[in-house]
Amino acid sequence: MLLQRFLIRLLTMLITLFGVAVVVFVVIRVAPGDPIAMMLPPGATDDDIARLRALYGLDKTIVQQFFIWLSGVVRGDFGTSISLRQDVLSLVFNRLPATLELAIVALIMAVALGGTTAVLGARERGTAVEAGIDIASGAALSIPDFLWGLVLILLFGVLVPIFDISGRVSPQLDLPFVTQFYFFESLLRLRFDLTWDLLKHMLMPAVALALPLAAIISQLLKQSLKEVLDLDYVVLARVKGFSETQVILREALKNAALPTLTLVGVQFTFLIGGTVIVERLFSYEGLGNMAIDAVINRDLPLIQGIVLVFALLFVLINLTVDMMYALLNPRLRHG
Amino acid sequence: MDRASRRGLSPRLWLAGGWLLLALLAAIFAPLVAPQDPLAQDLMLERLPPFWLDGAEPGYWLGTDSLGRDLLSRLIFGGRIAFIVAFAAAIAACLVGSTLGLIAGYFGGWADRIISRIVDIWMAFPPVLFAILLVAVLGTGLSSVILAIAIIDWTRFCRVIRAEAMGQSRMDYVENARIAGYGRIGIMLREVLPNVVPSIVALLSLEMGIAVIVEAILSFVNLSISTDDPTWGSIIAEGRLSIHQAWWVLVFPLITLILTVLSFSQFGEALKTRFDPVLR
Repeated sequence: MLLQRFLIRLLTMLITLFGVAVVVFVVIRVAPGDPIAMMLPPGATDDDIARLRALYGLDKTIVQQFFIWLSGVVRGDFGTSISLRQDVLSLVFNRLPATLELAIVALIMAVALGGTTAVLGARERGTAVEAGIDIASGAALSIPDFLWGLVLILLFGVLVPIFDISGRVSPQLDLPFVTQFYFFESLLRLRFDLTWDLLKHMLMPAVALALPLAAIISQLLKQSLKEVLDLDYVVLARVKGFSETQVILREALKNAALPTLTLVGVQFTFLIGGTVIVERLFSYEGLGNMAIDAVINRDLPLIQGIVLVFALLFVLINLTVDMMYALLNPRLRHG
Repeated sequence: MDRASRRGLSPRLWLAGGWLLLALLAAIFAPLVAPQDPLAQDLMLERLPPFWLDGAEPGYWLGTDSLGRDLLSRLIFGGRIAFIVAFAAAIAACLVGSTLGLIAGYFGGWADRIISRIVDIWMAFPPVLFAILLVAVLGTGLSSVILAIAIIDWTRFCRVIRAEAMGQSRMDYVENARIAGYGRIGIMLREVLPNVVPSIVALLSLEMGIAVIVEAILSFVNLSISTDDPTWGSIIAEGRLSIHQAWWVLVFPLITLILTVLSFSQFGEALKTRFDPVLR
């Protein structure tokens, strides 16, 4: 049952990815402006242009170009970046860890903040505390990450300058890292001086990304907690003499968390999508920042590569969440 | 929920409506209400602070930017672009998304399968990157920005309206209409559509807030309309650069954007509650 569900999901995932590849390819080929003309110095001859067009495969029909490109992609060959003159896949893999670290730190913050306020709100239901949490989460949800980023820059970059507002790490530092996962590697190497520097750069973009998601988690989890708290087994736990916090944490949370989990998956993809502009805002050297440069420079192979990697990430997250839901939900597990 | 907010008459809604009306009127009558020419540069007047600080000049209420342009006038003129994009992009996204959602939800079968697959593909794109890519491809300009937002955000309408239309088409009244001899398209338009209109209206208001943000993001990365006309995003981009010299260039457009987005979302929420037959 589970395997069948997994295979069906895997198939739809591949169809989605193929669709994404088609859309990206079509959108980019519609683009006016000749990327070849931009690469060459002003004095280039028609011969030079033709040679370069052939080199990048631009002299073939659009359908041919698509399948040549797609067969390369399947083999891991995403082509060469026109503006940076480097292999697209290695450029992407160089930047992806920075974005993933940012997204994961933001996700952890969102779950922690959303979870805490949900438990607090459910415990204090009907009081001013719950009303306060509702107002705060309403505001956190309505204001998008781009604006939160700007608010944070003003508050903690200018008014009380305690965090860095640009870059990923202080440029003068000597980095001993072998991977691009600077933050996680600094933790493993116990280089907490570097961890602190990385965190000072990462904290504000991560909070900007985390706030809207924290609000959604808080609202939904609080709602499910309040529903579960009236059920018999929870009432029984209360009669047994557990405190309200214990009742929530030990009994209610387990069952209330499932609907939230599905939602967190979809929302996590939105959070990753948000890294594009938030990285730009904080000059954070991740994939999103590179993507905007690629678009501005009309670097077609690089744009294609980055969009595909984002799409792959999104469908993988959805697949993982779907499988976790199936594993955790007793009705689906035995069904 | 108390009576007032159920009827959509809460103070919050009045504030939201008041702000939107004020901003909209200022944008429409921009040449009349703006105290200065939004494009006039004067290096003698660069980085003037807002009116309550020392060194402020009368007539430059919110101060000036690094080229000596009046911030308030630029915000008022920037509102024109913001509202045009908000209305045009949201309505375009709504027309496409609601039509496809209605067809997918009501007819089901192959139509639903194809439309849902396209929605899945669209959901696999990071929306901001998609918007930037589309504007880069379509060329900068007002119509490109509107088109790009519509192309990306129709799925928001499609997903919700599909689910609602699916629910409605299982109701007894649809079956009755069929027995009474109405055609399928007739039932969809005359019976199902009116029942999903409340959701469409609520989504429309939310989408306007989103469109304002997307336009600001696009002009922040310098990909929206021509660089001459002031937009809220381009003012923010300037403010981000001169943040240590002139904080007001970032603060005032930011407040403007936050108030506008909050107002649109308050409206959307209130409309949703007001039309929802269960909550009513």
